[in-house]
Amino acid sequence: MWRISADLRCFSVDLLLNNYMHKLLAIAHNTFKETIRDRILYNILIFSILLIAFSHFLIALDIGGDEKIVVDLSLACISIFGVLIAIFIGIGLVYKEIEKRTIYTILSKPVSRPVFLLGKYLGLLMTLLVNVAIMTAVMYAVLAFTRRGIDLSILKAVFLIYIELMLITAISFFFSSFTTPTMAAIFSLSFFIIGHVTETLEVLGQKSGVASVKYLTSGIYHVLPDLNYFNIRAEIVHSLPVTIKQIWFSAMYGVFYIAIFYFLAIMIFSRKDFK
Amino acid sequence: MPAAIKIEGLNKIFRVGFWGRRFEAVKDLDFEVGAGELFGFLGPNGAGKTTTIKMIMGLLYPTRGQAWILGKNSRDVAIRARVGYLPESPYFYDHLKGAEFLDFYGKLFAIPAPKRRKKIGELLELVGITRAADLPLRKYSKGMLQRIGLAQALINDPELIVLDEPMTGLDPVGRREIRDIILKLKQEGKTVFFSTHILPDVEMICDRIAILNQGRLVNIGPLGSLLSPRVKYYEISFSGLAGEKLKDLSAWVSNILQDGALTRARVEKEDDKDRIISWILKEKGRVDSVLSHRESLEEYFLGQVDINNADKRG
Ligand SMILES: Nc1ncnc2c1ncn2[C@@H]1O[C@H](COP(=O)(O)OP(=O)(O)OP(=O)(O)O)[C@@H](O)[C@H]1O
Ligand SMILES: [Mg+2]
Repeated sequence: MWRISADLRCFSVDLLLNNYMHKLLAIAHNTFKETIRDRILYNILIFSILLIAFSHFLIALDIGGDEKIVVDLSLACISIFGVLIAIFIGIGLVYKEIEKRTIYTILSKPVSRPVFLLGKYLGLLMTLLVNVAIMTAVMYAVLAFTRRGIDLSILKAVFLIYIELMLITAISFFFSSFTTPTMAAIFSLSFFIIGHVTETLEVLGQKSGVASVKYLTSGIYHVLPDLNYFNIRAEIVHSLPVTIKQIWFSAMYGVFYIAIFYFLAIMIFSRKDFK
Repeated sequence: MPAAIKIEGLNKIFRVGFWGRRFEAVKDLDFEVGAGELFGFLGPNGAGKTTTIKMIMGLLYPTRGQAWILGKNSRDVAIRARVGYLPESPYFYDHLKGAEFLDFYGKLFAIPAPKRRKKIGELLELVGITRAADLPLRKYSKGMLQRIGLAQALINDPELIVLDEPMTGLDPVGRREIRDIILKLKQEGKTVFFSTHILPDVEMICDRIAILNQGRLVNIGPLGSLLSPRVKYYEISFSGLAGEKLKDLSAWVSNILQDGALTRARVEKEDDKDRIISWILKEKGRVDSVLSHRESLEEYFLGQVDINNADKRG
């Protein structure tokens, strides 16, 4: 227990006294430069841009769709491809530093491990932000040609998708702090999928009438984050009202879980031996 | 003034293999490095030098015992603002250019931009890679990486510099340059602690050395006190005497070597040396040289490691 408190004290001292902002930004900026060059990123980005453009093509062919398809498909792209980037780059970031031993010189500087981890995390978030921004811009470019035009309320959905990406990134960092990249990818993806069906699971569990199943599904529902909080795509596509309060609640819900996973990740990472 | 490095009962056990077998890489190490010392950390491959250094830098946590740097526990992050470290065969972000790379490390110390720029210029000059400032590290040679590695260790003007084999991968010229830099750091009053295999470098510059073998400290002290000042043997080279005359000599000197016109005789005692010389002169031969051979660090090192290993087996 004293080690945890020592870590926390060291962390807070670092945050308050050691010009941590400079260091944090230096690491984040460097991580951004590193990840923005990643080939995975380009492949995913090009693919999703083609898909969004293709949705417009569907309307043009008049296969019975309207501009709702563009919004729906674009938001789905931003979310799914964002998640893939968050997971597949997220799991490798810290692992690669250890594997390539670049971490030795960084952690031997006055940079605490929590600050290092946070810097890497923020760097990837910057890359994700650029990525989401590009896809959103492509979506609006396509929408501009439809009756819906530039509808800013869609940004509400994009905002929550980004919060979800922040959470998924934190989860992939958490898993990669103690397993191999492959295992971390599998766990993170499972987490993403379970997070979207956990509500349904709970409802089904209640209906099943079996006590043990009920407890299990409601246990999962209450412990793991319910990622449906971040999904307001249906409402936005159909132009249904979404209150600002609802959005803030979801965002806070996300930040709460991000804090938990970041905390767990630094607990593990701070104990690590770099061999 | 606290010791630059203080190591107390330091111990590291690794778990190896599937079954997690215990392997004790560093065993109850105790020693201190005083402020301003130039300290050589010696030991054969696998002795535990890198493991010890990583514990000093807080990259590995000791299984038992403690390491202190500049009076603070090695877990203390803030103290590293006053320390520089070059890891063994260092790896860096290879997408960065030389100057960018140093700039990044400067930022990790929150050094303000103008000061950073000035320092980077000086360091590139010091380690002799100014020309490669705009070259990505991916294109650096092994020796250049070693040099920029040393530069990053000095970016914060550290009081204590810890170098893990700073001379590996360098040609003789490079080795001399690094040696000169280390000496210069010492003159500036800094403490330098470095591990190495290259014994002549240690012999030339270190104030004190420690020898590590199989995780244990074998010996520690100033070079002069470790190496025996006693002459091991004398070697007398002479010419102008041959055949029968030499036979007389071999009656009381066992170690005689014929090398063309030159003859070499080795004796251990000073009396024997004097006797041979007067004999040569009496027989009208010519003495070309007399060398007294003292123990070298290399012999001492090999001797210590041998004794140590024999003890283990015996
Ligand atoms: N992560 C690890 N797991 C298991 N054993 C290790 C680990 N790291 C080092 N060792 C073992 O500990 C011993 C000491 O290794 P270390 O790297 O400290 O030696 P060294 O003195 O630096 O050697 P060299 O001169 O070759 O660099 C070696 O026997 C090595 O095999
Ligand atoms: Mg080593």
